[in-house]
Amino acid sequence: MIIARILGTVVSTQKDGRLQGRKLMLVRPLNLDGTDAGNSYFVAVDTVGAGFHERVLVVAGSSARLAEGLKDLPVDAAIVGIIDTVDIVDD
Amino acid sequence: MQLARVIGTVVATVKNDSLEGRKLLIIQSLDAGLLPQGTPLVALDAVGAGVGELVFWCRGKEASFPFRREDTPTDCTIVGIVDSERHVTTPGSRRRR
Amino acid sequence: MIIARVIGNVVATQKNERYENARVMLCQPVDLAGRETGATLIALDTVDAGVGDLVMIVQEGWGASTAATGEPGAAIDSAIVGVVDDIDLLPEEQRTR
Repeated sequence: MIIARILGTVVSTQKDGRLQGRKLMLVRPLNLDGTDAGNSYFVAVDTVGAGFHERVLVVAGSSARLAEGLKDLPVDAAIVGIIDTVDIVDD
Repeated sequence: MQLARVIGTVVATVKNDSLEGRKLLIIQSLDAGLLPQGTPLVALDAVGAGVGELVFWCRGKEASFPFRREDTPTDCTIVGIVDSERHVTTPGSRRRR
Repeated sequence: MIIARVIGNVVATQKNERYENARVMLCQPVDLAGRETGATLIALDTVDAGVGDLVMIVQEGWGASTAATGEPGAAIDSAIVGVVDDIDLLPEEQRTR
């Protein structure tokens, strides 16, 4: 899983029927210090009610379909948590 | 599977119901010389690993297999704790420590 | 899922039988400013997307196969599953576009 931040949302009317009613978020992976990890981004389906400016936990690949509420949906990335804190130990 | 060091923890109160009660750790993957390789990831813990420990982790859908496999959304799971650094043996040429 | 622009379609008479009747589209991933980024890819259309459309592409086998053929197990790794109408971005992200 990776840590990412919400950049925005995507609106799509014409889509696979199984995605009907799903919240599609644009997310960008973050470094551990909270900075953007480059300019990449992707679309993830929200399962936890995440909003703008929040740091979230994103699971990718076929595992994304295993999230509660996403059974048998054509998704490859899901937001499965809203991050409260990250603690890193210094080596 | 890859070697990694557990370097931190993540707290997420609001999470997908299927992750309720699961421990989230931050891992840094390591190469054969135990040097960092790639960017850190968030992993689910299946073996009781702790911060600072040398572990190995499994990627992909297989990462869900230690748990309720049809219901656990994880693409990165810690599946083993390495006894110690001495227990990672490679031919001398690969050692860079 | 990634966001890409449909830049063409591909006709292949001789193809894997599971691709029968599929619309094979050539897609170019774009960044948030709409600029082309990364490698062009082939994705099967499932939502009647056309050349020039901004689309969402799922890159996971089960989802792509069921979207494109109605059942899993086909050798398909990418499918267009939505046409993007609009993107709402954080104000600070809009500035950088």
